[in-house]
Amino acid sequence: MLNIIVTLPFLSSLLIALIYLGNTNAKRFVLYTSLGIGSLVIITTLSLMSLYDMMQGAATIHTKLFEWIHLGDFQIEVAFMADRLSIIMISFITFIGTLIHIYAAGYMKDDAGYGKFFSYFNLFMGSMLLLVLADNPIMMFVGWELVGLSSYLLIGFYHQDAANIKAANKAFMLNRVGDFGFIMGLSILFISLEGHGFSFDAIKANIALIDYQTLTLIGLLLFVGAMGKSAQIPLYVWLPDAMAGPTPVSALIHAATMVTAGVYMVARFSFLYIQIPDIGLFIASIGAFSALFAAIIASYQSDIKKILAYSTMSQLGYMFIAVGLESYSSGIFHVFTHAFFKALLFMGAGAVIIAMHHEQNIFKMGALRGELKLTYITMFIATLAISGIPPFAGFFSKDAILVTAFASGHYAIWTIGTLTAGLTAFYMFRMLFSVFHARKSKAQRVLHPLPKCMTYPLIILAIGSTFAGFVGVNGAYGGENFIAHFLQLPDISVHLSHSSEYMLALLNVSLALFGMTLAYKLYGHRAKEAQPDTLFKKVIINKFYIDALYETLFMKPLLSLSRFIATTVDMKIFDGFLNYSILFYRVLAGQFIRLQNGKVRAYALYFLLGVSAMSLFLIYKLGVNL
Amino acid sequence: MSADPFFLLVAILFSIGLIGVASRKNLFVVYMSIELMLSSVNLLLAILSQVLGDANASVIALLLIAVIAAEAALFLAIITHLYRENRTLDSDRFKNLSKVR
Repeated sequence: MLNIIVTLPFLSSLLIALIYLGNTNAKRFVLYTSLGIGSLVIITTLSLMSLYDMMQGAATIHTKLFEWIHLGDFQIEVAFMADRLSIIMISFITFIGTLIHIYAAGYMKDDAGYGKFFSYFNLFMGSMLLLVLADNPIMMFVGWELVGLSSYLLIGFYHQDAANIKAANKAFMLNRVGDFGFIMGLSILFISLEGHGFSFDAIKANIALIDYQTLTLIGLLLFVGAMGKSAQIPLYVWLPDAMAGPTPVSALIHAATMVTAGVYMVARFSFLYIQIPDIGLFIASIGAFSALFAAIIASYQSDIKKILAYSTMSQLGYMFIAVGLESYSSGIFHVFTHAFFKALLFMGAGAVIIAMHHEQNIFKMGALRGELKLTYITMFIATLAISGIPPFAGFFSKDAILVTAFASGHYAIWTIGTLTAGLTAFYMFRMLFSVFHARKSKAQRVLHPLPKCMTYPLIILAIGSTFAGFVGVNGAYGGENFIAHFLQLPDISVHLSHSSEYMLALLNVSLALFGMTLAYKLYGHRAKEAQPDTLFKKVIINKFYIDALYETLFMKPLLSLSRFIATTVDMKIFDGFLNYSILFYRVLAGQFIRLQNGKVRAYALYFLLGVSAMSLFLIYKLGVNL
Repeated sequence: MSADPFFLLVAILFSIGLIGVASRKNLFVVYMSIELMLSSVNLLLAILSQVLGDANASVIALLLIAVIAAEAALFLAIITHLYRENRTLDSDRFKNLSKVR
């Protein structure tokens, strides 16, 4: 079953690619759609079936596709494993991925590269499933890299515009920086295990063989990989630029695949991270800082997709707070709920963008709530969910994280998290009110109609965003935290009285309501774009000049080094040496070239000379006496 | 009668032809020199036929005369055409094959 789940998207991707390459101009809408979505529907069904089995108490599934490398004791198998963690992951990845595919069929309908798009899209899903279901870190790394590749292909999908290609390259290269850390971590892990097997189970069993310092190094390096994939400080700059891709791609990257890979990886290596709480604290600090940082930037952005991108980064920060503080199940729980509302937000934003004829500035929209009623309602639900208003999904997961931070005594992280929760409500409702409530900026406009396949997934996701939180209701609210019991991850156990939990929740909710009210006051009627008039605003609108800083710190020196190598080292030293070594032949050839002067008479003379020389030689050899 | 003077004649004719090709520039003269070389070879065939008493060589020599006639027609046509194209018969001017410009 797992074999099918992983290989089917790759197969359909290959098939679509072959058909598409057969004739790139043909319009085969029905064929591509049925192949691309059909395969996903099948794997979603299979995933949900496995989830059901596991809920009934089935054991961890191991399957082996084939043996990849076998050199003596060293062997790498293409094998898959579905334990409780990965089953939860693939269930929502495939489910939300399918909805996004259906949505994309409407969004990309008129695009010339429709087949190519669906091929990449299925590749993306397959890569993510490979990453999640891998049985050993090597296969996980293969999936990890494939996710990076397919995100590159999709971000640069509108390749006619050079800026999009630049964004795709940026995403790819920053991910390479992270991947370097990741593969270094894996290599050190492999060497330290001294050949005791390299599947996750084997590593877990032999983790005691590695001393504390090495473990710390491994944990840190693996987290560098997670920083790149999950867009945390300092490797986050690619995420806002990744908005250059089509909106379904953003939804897929931000909701179901890619950015959650880092959180998943930390949760997958939870047995390792639980040994090194210092690194965990470092992860949590990075997460908290990223969450606040992204929220501040998002409050001053005016591109609807950029706002959502920074909000993803902020929410990922929460997830890293959770996994860093060893509350793995609440981190995964937030991944789960976040997938619903973030997919919904992106798809709603995509619907708005399509309706507004590809306008992305929220301050040029306004007063859309009457015309796009369904989109408005669903996006409102998603915004409530991300802001942590009960009983929507985000409340329970965010609350679980903040309670962990508070109860484990990390008050600084808790303060930042709570502040960010208020800010989140502010900037999300700022976006919502600017788009749907504020006075319209242009008097007349005609909205582009939305196809049904773009609106129905919104309804399903809105239901998910409302109710997904109930799988993780903890004791204080009368639930029994089903998801944490199901996942069986090595969570830290925190104890906090119910009354203090209520106090914390009350604080969060009141902060969120405050942010919401403030947003309504400022943007509910007349939305104005933020102007960089004070130094403070200027710094924030320019995203703290981090991009410029990276450019001067890394890009410019690298570029001048490359230029130096290209023009001086390569041209003068290497080429120069080669040119010098063939100088003799060049001179000789210059002399020989004179013989070939094109004159028939000269050729006849050479002929004469040749025949004479041959005759003389023969006479000499035969010993004829003249 | 010894055949040696005839061989000498053949050698002289061939050499004159070869030197003509190498030293003259006019295409007609070059052509005539080539014909001279060919005829000297033809003569050699006839002489050998006589010396060895074998009729085969005479037959080949006879056929060769027909070939020479056909070749002459082609050659003259080419020369005429070249003259029309370039208004010259100087063989040194036709150097499209040259690397040295």
